[in-house]
Order: sequence, then structure tokens, then C-alpha cells
Amino acid sequence: MTPPARGAPLVSLRGVAKSFDGGLEVLRALDLDVYPGETVTLLGPSGCGKSTALRLLAGLTRPTRGEILWADPARRERLGFVFQDATLLPWLDVFANVYLPLRLAGVSRAPAAPRVEEALELVGLSGFRDALPRELSGGMKMRCAIARALVTRPALLLMDEPFAALDEVTRIKLNNELLALKARLDTTIVFVTHSVGESVYLSTRIVVLAANGGEIVDQIPVDPGMTRDGEYRLGPVFSQLSRRASNALRRAMGEDEP
Amino acid sequence: MSASRLNWREMLTAAAPPLAAFMAFLALWEAVVRLRGIPPYMLPAPSIILQKLIEDRELLFSSLLVTLSITLRALALATVCGALLALAMAQSKWLARTLTPYAIMLQVTPIVAIAPLLLVYLSPPRAVLVCAFLVAFFPILSNTALGLASVDHALLDLFDLYHASAWRRLIYLRAPAALPQFLAGLRIAGGLALIGAVVAELAAGAAGQGTGLAFRIVEAGFRLDIPRMFAALALLSLTGVAIYGALSMLTYYSLRRWHESARERGA
Repeated sequence: MTPPARGAPLVSLRGVAKSFDGGLEVLRALDLDVYPGETVTLLGPSGCGKSTALRLLAGLTRPTRGEILWADPARRERLGFVFQDATLLPWLDVFANVYLPLRLAGVSRAPAAPRVEEALELVGLSGFRDALPRELSGGMKMRCAIARALVTRPALLLMDEPFAALDEVTRIKLNNELLALKARLDTTIVFVTHSVGESVYLSTRIVVLAANGGEIVDQIPVDPGMTRDGEYRLGPVFSQLSRRASNALRRAMGEDEP
Repeated sequence: MSASRLNWREMLTAAAPPLAAFMAFLALWEAVVRLRGIPPYMLPAPSIILQKLIEDRELLFSSLLVTLSITLRALALATVCGALLALAMAQSKWLARTLTPYAIMLQVTPIVAIAPLLLVYLSPPRAVLVCAFLVAFFPILSNTALGLASVDHALLDLFDLYHASAWRRLIYLRAPAALPQFLAGLRIAGGLALIGAVVAELAAGAAGQGTGLAFRIVEAGFRLDIPRMFAALALLSLTGVAIYGALSMLTYYSLRRWHESARERGA
């Protein structure tokens, strides 16, 4: 059940609870450590608080109780966030959208340009720097959003169901691209999804959260050394892990295992 | 390049039917007046009105300039004040709550009723300007405020994530996001500024040393110069159309790159 310890965690949630104004308690007491280099998937049914956990990590909302501990507080400033929608500014072209985080940090255009170009190259959008968001397909918009998240070279990349709105073919393609990016950048990722297949394919650890209160139902380690490709998707390890994750998900929804 | 040329052709095609209908209407009007022998002091034919426009051109065009200048100055003032106040209200909820009832009160009070009062306190030219300003101000304020308030929450989160300052949030996010609504407000305000100017001129009437087009209408009415009334009315109406057209063009060229409202269909 415990994840492989790799030194000190990058960030830890300690007894974190979050209630909203209406009194709804989305998270009751979540304990979670994220270690450097991991891809942690938060898997759970709608309303289990997985997106809230991500927003807490991002500092977009504050916990009602408990604390969020960063090993190195400087890292907390180096975050990338990919939302469920691409959330591009429609009046800016691809280059300017990716440049935005640096622009907001006060970096002027000339010194920022190489970093923006690099991020565009990473996601394969170099040829589309002058395109407007409306001219891009759903998958390309999402790549642009990922480039924007990567341009600050984040220590932690947070992704909130980024591929949920895409068709299956694009989704698989972007899953593979994300794995390639991860191998190249060696960043740490926390990925929220409600897809069992996606969680098994992408992560090195799956954390299954329960529907009410976000209690951890199961933590499933996935061998990071495994080659993730079409064969892996069809192989016995994948189906075994998928079964375990599906069963945990069923428990998370308060149903019995078959 | 070819896209914009295509666009011109499309615009011409779009403009042809209403233009043809207008011509047909004028022809019918002309025919009815001539066949029935209606005298010009009852209903002047379009040809007589046109003749009057040419005859009285100096008088009418100088009046047009007066009205147009007041309208445009009022519109400019309303744009600056409306947009600035909307920005201030977007920054401070307290200010917004305090001022909104007054803005609404100004808007719902009929301007015709305010004009005579303004004339008591202000010189006629200033009263006309203030009157036009008051009616043009509200649509700009309310539309801009709405635009500034309805920015996508995910985008606000994005700016939170990067700790954007209030100023950067305003210029990189809120202002561009509010631009379509602001421009919609401006288009409404353009027409209303003209109405406000005309209403105030009418209220000032012979008492003011007004020389605007509305004053010419009142004056021609007293003299039973019906063709000149029509001529002045035609000029006012053309002015309104021109203002609307110019503001629509401005909207189109500001938004065509990205906003749905300004995009050619099928593109």
C-alpha cells in the first residue's frame, strides 16, 4: 500500500479537509505524499474531491483544516496547471498564449522567446505559433495548454482531467505524448482522471478516492520501468492493474465487488 | 486579401435588397404625391425634399455639423466616463453596490423630462451636451461592467496560479475579454447620443440660440415649411445610420480575428 520511498516527498497533504460555503465537505482528511519523479493519478467518481485536491496543491484554494507541506517552498511557485478545458485566451495566438505565464512574471518578450519556442517544440506546435485558438483542433488546443504549463519549467505539473473532452484517438495520442514529455523532462505529475485505463497507462501510482469525503480507498503502485505502448495496453499486467483499479473504484462508489 | 475582397462583395449582396426596397418606397411615395396632386405643405414628394436639401444646404449642413459635433463629443465623454467607472466598479464591489442604483435611476428617468431642468441650470449648448451624455453613458457603463464581470472562471484561476497583479489581470484578461460587450454598448450609445442631443435641442426650442438640426425642424414647423422639416429629418436619420455604420465597422475590425460575433460564417 505504501509507495516506494524516494527520499523526501516534494509535497505532502496532511489531514487536509475542505468544505465549501454551503457546508459541503468535499475532503474530510486527506493524507498524500507526492515524491519527485512520480506520476500520481487521482482516480475517483465525480464529487470525490480529486479536482479539489489538485486545486489545493496549486494554491488556488485554501484548506479548511490540515496543512500542505512543501519540501522546498521555492518549488511551490514553480507549478504548471492544465485545466479540463484548454483555457486559452482567444484573442492571443499560440505563441502569445504560451508566453503568457512568463509575461505575467514580468519576463519581456525577447528573453522569453527561446523558452516559448522550446515549449512549442516539445508539444509539436512549432509550425502553429501564429495560429489563433479558434483555428486549432481540440487536441492541438490541449497541446498548446500543456506547452503553456511547461514554459515555466514547473517542478510539479498538475493536470485536471485534461483529455476528458477529447475523442478516444486523440486521447491515446496525447497520452503517449505526455509519457514522452515526462521521460524527457523528468517532471513530477499529479493527474486527475475518472478513466481507469488512462490512470493505469500513465501513472506510477494510482490513488483511488472515495465518493464522499475523499478517503483513500486504495493505492496501486505501477512499475515505472514498464514500457507504455499499445502492447502494454493489451497485456496481462495492464488488465490486472485495471481490474484492481476498477474494483477499488467500485468500492469508492460504495458498491460491492463482483 | 482575397478574403476581404470577397467580404466586400458579400456586403454589397447583403445591402442590395434593403436598398432596392428603399428605392421602391421612394418611387411609390413620389407617384402617390404626383398622381393625387397632394400639395407640398401637406406631404412633399421625395424630389421636393431633395431639392430643398440642395437649396438650403448651407443652413442645413451647418446645423448638421452642430448636432453631429455635440453628439460625438457626448459619445466620447460617455465612452471615457462609462468605461472608467465600469473599471472602477469591477475593482471594488462596494463602489459597484453604491453607484448601481443611481446609474439605473438616471437610465429609467425619461430624458425628455430631464432636459427642461438641465436648461434651467445650464446654458443651452451645455445642456444639450449633458443631455446627450446622460443617455449615452448608461449602456456603455452597464455593458462594460457586464463584460468585465463575466470573465471565464478558469481563466481567472490561470491568472491566480501565476500570481498576476491586479493591473496585469486587467490589461491581459479583463479588458480584452470585456471588449465585445463594451463595443456592443458603444453601438447602442452612438444612436442614443444623437437622440439625447435632438431631445435637448427640441426642449430648448426657440428659447435657446440653438442652431442644430432639431432646432431647424422646430423652426421650419413654425413657418409651415414642411419640405424643410423633412429635409432636416432625412439628414438626422442619415446621421444616425452613419454613426451606427461607423461603430459597426469599428466593432468588426476590432473583433474579427477572434470573436464569434464578428466572424464570417463558414470561415
